[in-house]
Amino acid sequence: MIETNALGKRYGDFTAVDAITFKVEPGQVLGFLGPNGAGKSTTMKMIAGFLAPSSGSATVCGFDVERQPLDAKRSVGYLPEGAPSYGEMGVREFLEFIADMRGIPADVRRKRLDDAVGRLNLEGVLEQSIDTLSKGFRRRVGLAQAIVHDPKVLILDEPTDGLDPNQKHEVRTLINAMARDKTIIVSTHVLEEVHAVCNRAIIIARGRILADATPADLEARSRYHQAVSLSTTNVAAAREALSRIADVAAIEVDAQDNRITAFPKPGKPIFAAVNEALKGQDIVVRELALEGGRLDEVFRTITQGEAQEARA
Amino acid sequence: MKPTLTVFRRELRSYFATPVAYVFIVIFLVLSSAFTFYLGNLYERGQADLMPFFSFHPWLYLFLVPAVSMRLWSEERKSGTIELLLTLPVTMWQAVLGKFLAAWAFIAIALVLTFPLWITVNYLGDPDNGVILASYIGSLLMAGAFLAIGSCISAATRNQVVAFILTVVACFVLVMAGFPLVLDAFSAWAPQGLVDAIASLSFLTHFASISKGVIDLRDLLYFALMIGFWLYASAIVIDLKKAD
Repeated sequence: MIETNALGKRYGDFTAVDAITFKVEPGQVLGFLGPNGAGKSTTMKMIAGFLAPSSGSATVCGFDVERQPLDAKRSVGYLPEGAPSYGEMGVREFLEFIADMRGIPADVRRKRLDDAVGRLNLEGVLEQSIDTLSKGFRRRVGLAQAIVHDPKVLILDEPTDGLDPNQKHEVRTLINAMARDKTIIVSTHVLEEVHAVCNRAIIIARGRILADATPADLEARSRYHQAVSLSTTNVAAAREALSRIADVAAIEVDAQDNRITAFPKPGKPIFAAVNEALKGQDIVVRELALEGGRLDEVFRTITQGEAQEARA
Repeated sequence: MKPTLTVFRRELRSYFATPVAYVFIVIFLVLSSAFTFYLGNLYERGQADLMPFFSFHPWLYLFLVPAVSMRLWSEERKSGTIELLLTLPVTMWQAVLGKFLAAWAFIAIALVLTFPLWITVNYLGDPDNGVILASYIGSLLMAGAFLAIGSCISAATRNQVVAFILTVVACFVLVMAGFPLVLDAFSAWAPQGLVDAIASLSFLTHFASISKGVIDLRDLLYFALMIGFWLYASAIVIDLKKAD
């Protein structure tokens, strides 16, 4: 469990993190979203015990990160941004070093190491030095390092940054597999990731929490939520038919592929009505889809709205 | 204690993972022997002792120890591993001490490898081995003090070259603290007490008295305090600078 209470970090006059309060329970995977420089990494560094908070407090599994730093650090597995590791070391050597630093008892050490190596598919590179590995492998070594002591809390700063789609998928599967009994915080600016791994998302900008909800709730804030999009050969007729539906608030035609999107008035489902209208006019539809909502649009609205407010 | 040992082992092993360690040891051995035989005239003096060998150590360390210490923390900061290290369950002290001891052990290894010189003088004559042992201890202590200074300066910058140069300068001032070169800069304006205090900080004076074979508690204490102070300063600097 992770709990922060008005956690803040200042550098001189600059406030990087401004009194952030939240609580994450075991079984939750919290996605930290926000533009670059929003304070995501700083917050994670404070929880992981690398930076001392300027104000407020954070506890990990009940241990205060400032007053009981060693106990707090023991219960955390942390992947710093960029997955740093000692390049001149071999993978096995490096993981054994971490295991020793973590004080893993001798009887389970072998098992824990094998488990971490197996989960990240590192068997083939165990004797290679980390410097010679590809970016994807280095990231996996960083992840293996974070889970080798089977921590209750995992803090992963951009775990999939720089990975190819297959590797991203593997890492997400790994996070999902570990989610059941752990408390996990993942920072990312890849929004599709939120869907894939998180059951809760916090959007931060300028050091403050702007939204804290499930990914589905966030999507429901999108203009596209419950919108209907379709593609057809007869764009003009379709547009005409849609505009006569009472609950349709607006219609947009994509200039590039002529895809039509009909936006509903708030809280009014329009899918059935659209379907009826098209059938009634005998308009041939190549494709018809109900939109769930677009996270990237919600993300932009929330974070940029904040920036405009601040400027005003 | 165990984390200190783990940090120590990792760090020491990392020295030998690259050719740097071997290059360092070879340069140290070549230079220390060259100085001993050519500048120190070991043979011509007609005395079986290692005085000519040890008297060049302060000057040798002046350039070689900063080369070892420059990477201690600046590399950790540059590569970001400092974040990894300090979020492991280890106190700042254990990390600082573990890394320092590893660098010190590395220099001790280089120093031990000068044993052929010791065999040579024992073969040639009948030296006072007590004095030689004391000199070795003094030399190692002095290297430790150089290293502790280097550790602190290395913690202050990510740039290893900057760390090297600043450490050379700082060590040079401390080596020369008992000489007019440094003292003249103070004697014009500072009270006599301060000038005397600065003069008593000189590495050379303390090393010279140990290498005469007199292990005085004050000299040991001087080096111990020097190491302790600079390591303490390292911990503070790391704490202050780790964020940027």
